[in-house]
Amino acid sequence: MSTILLGTVSRGRRLRNRAATVAIWSSVAMAAVPLAFVVAYLLHKGAGIVDWGFLTDDIPISSRLPGPGMGPAVLGTLLITGAATAMAVPLGVLAALYLNEYGKRGRLASVIRFLADVMAGVPSIVMGLFIYTVWVLRYGQTGFAGALSLACLMLPIVIRSAETALQLVPSELREASAALGARTSRTILTVVIPAALPGVVSGALLAVARAAGETAPLLFTIGTVNAANTSLLDGTNTALSAQIFGNARLPFDAAIDRAWGAALTLIALVFALTFIARVVARRFTVR
Amino acid sequence: MTLTTRPPSPARPGALASPGRAGLSDRSFRSLTLGCGLLVLVILGLITISTTQEAWPAFTHDGLRFFTSDRWAPSADAFGSLPFVYGTVVTAVIALVIAVPISVGMALFLSDVAPRRLRRPVSSLVDLLAAVPSVVYGLWGVIVLAPWLAGIYGRVSDVTSPVPVLSNLFEGPSSGRSLFTAGLILALMVTPIITSISREVFDTVPTTAKEAAYALGSTRWEMIRAAVFPHSRAGVVGGVMLGLGRAMGETIAAALVIGSSPQISARLFGSGDSMAAVIANEFGEAGGLHRAALIGLGVELFAITILVNLIARHVVGRAGVRS
Repeated sequence: MSTILLGTVSRGRRLRNRAATVAIWSSVAMAAVPLAFVVAYLLHKGAGIVDWGFLTDDIPISSRLPGPGMGPAVLGTLLITGAATAMAVPLGVLAALYLNEYGKRGRLASVIRFLADVMAGVPSIVMGLFIYTVWVLRYGQTGFAGALSLACLMLPIVIRSAETALQLVPSELREASAALGARTSRTILTVVIPAALPGVVSGALLAVARAAGETAPLLFTIGTVNAANTSLLDGTNTALSAQIFGNARLPFDAAIDRAWGAALTLIALVFALTFIARVVARRFTVR
Repeated sequence: MTLTTRPPSPARPGALASPGRAGLSDRSFRSLTLGCGLLVLVILGLITISTTQEAWPAFTHDGLRFFTSDRWAPSADAFGSLPFVYGTVVTAVIALVIAVPISVGMALFLSDVAPRRLRRPVSSLVDLLAAVPSVVYGLWGVIVLAPWLAGIYGRVSDVTSPVPVLSNLFEGPSSGRSLFTAGLILALMVTPIITSISREVFDTVPTTAKEAAYALGSTRWEMIRAAVFPHSRAGVVGGVMLGLGRAMGETIAAALVIGSSPQISARLFGSGDSMAAVIANEFGEAGGLHRAALIGLGVELFAITILVNLIARHVVGRAGVRS
C-alpha cells in the first residue's frame, strides 16, 4: 500500500514522516542505552566481588578494609522485606476484596480507592519519617520498624494490583456460586480468590521487588550492624540498599567495591522477582 | 393430561439466608475487609498528624520564614526551606523535559510503530527500567556518570560562555555532581511511569479514527498527530504529572548526585540540594531543632507531592484511564 502512496505523498510530508519514525526509534534507544550501561557496569564491577563469602561474611568493622562481607545486609534485606510482605499483602488483598466484592461503586469504596492512590504517591522518605515519628522514637531502631515503613509503601500497590486482578474474574463465576447457595464470603474464599490468584501473586511480587530495592524508608528506621542480626524486634539491623547508600558516599575503594557487590546482589534479587512476576502473570492468566 | 409435580420440599429453614452462624461469619468477613480498606485512611491521617507534631518546634521557631527564607544554616538555627524547594522543582523540571519526549516516543513505538516481535522486548525494557532500585541508579550516577559528565559540562560551558542567558545556566566549573546530573538520573526513573500511562492512553484510541486518517491519505506521523494525540492529550498530561510527583519525591539517587549545597543558583551544572535529598543526607547527624526542621521539610514535601498527585489523578481520571 505504501508503494502506491509514495507517488502521491509530497517529499516534505514523506521526510517529516521519516523523521518522526527515526525519532520514535531513537527514543527507545535513549532509554535502552543507560539501562545497558548500568547493568554492564554492575556486572563488570560486581562480578569479581560477589561470591559465596561475600554473601555470607560479616561486614568489616572499618570501611577502609578491603575484603568481603555483605552477609548481614543480605539477611536483613530478606528478613525486613519478608516481614513487610507478610504484613502488607494480606491486608492489601483484604482491602481489595472490600473494594471489588463489597464496596464496588459505592461512595465509601470510591473514597478508599482515591486514598490508596494518594498513599501510592507519598514519597518513600516521608514513609520513613512517619515510622520514625510513630515507632522509632518510642521503641528504637529495629528491623521491624523498617518492615513497617516498607509495608506502608507496599500497601497501596498491593491494593490496586489485587483489585485489578479481582476485576478480571468473570462475574458468572460469582453468580454460579451464589446460585448454588454460597454466601458472599464463601464465594470469595472458594471461587474468587483461586480464580484471581495468579494476578494477585504477580502484583504482590512486583510490590515486593519495589520494596526490596527501597532505601529511603530504612535510613532512619533500622540503624546499622556489622554482624548478622536474625531478630527483627531486638536491636538494629541493616539491608543491601542501605549499605549501598552508605558505602557509595565513602572515599575508600574497598567501600565502593562492596557497594558494587551489594548493588549486583540487590539487582539480581529484584530482577528475579520482577521476572517471576511476569511469568506468573503470563502463564496463569485466564483470558 | 396431568402433570404431577412434587411441590418443592421446603428448604431447611435458614439454609440459604439465615442470620445463623454462617451469616454472622459473612458479616464479620465483610467488616474485616472494610477494616483493611480503612487502614489506608488511618495511615494517611497518622502520617499527617505525627510528622506535623514532630516538626512543630521548627514551624514555631521560624514561623513563615521556614517557607520563605533561603538561608539554611543548622549551626545558626536558621531553617529556611526555599533552597530545597527550588532544587526539587528544578531537578524535577529537568527530568520531565528529558523524559517526556522519550516516554511519549516509546509509548508510540509500543502502540503504533513497533514490529510485532519487538513489542515484548521493549515492554520488558520499560519494566526493567522501573525495577532498578533508585540506590543503584544513584551509585552508578555518583561513581560513573558524574565524573564523566564533569568533562562534558566543561565543554558545554566553554561553548556557551559568550551567549548571554546560557552562560549563566551552564557556567562552570562543575564537579559533575549537580542539579543537572540529578535531573538526568530522575529522568531515567520517571520514564517508565510516563511511558506505561501514555501507552495505555494511546491504546484506547479507536482503530476507526486511525483508519479514517489513513484513508484520507495520511502518513503515519500525520495519523498520529490527527488521531492519536488529540484523543490522548489529557491522559498523557496526567501521566506526566504522576511522573512529576515521583521525581519530586525521589530521594536516594538525588541525595548521591545532587552535590548537597543549599543554595538558589541558576547554575544548572553547579551543586544544589532537594527536599528529599537533604532529609536523607542530614537526618542521621541531626538533633533537636535541626531534626524537627528536617521533618518539617518532609511535611512540606508530603503536601506538595500530594497536591501534584491529586491534580494528576484528576486529569488521568477525566481521560478515563485507570493507572
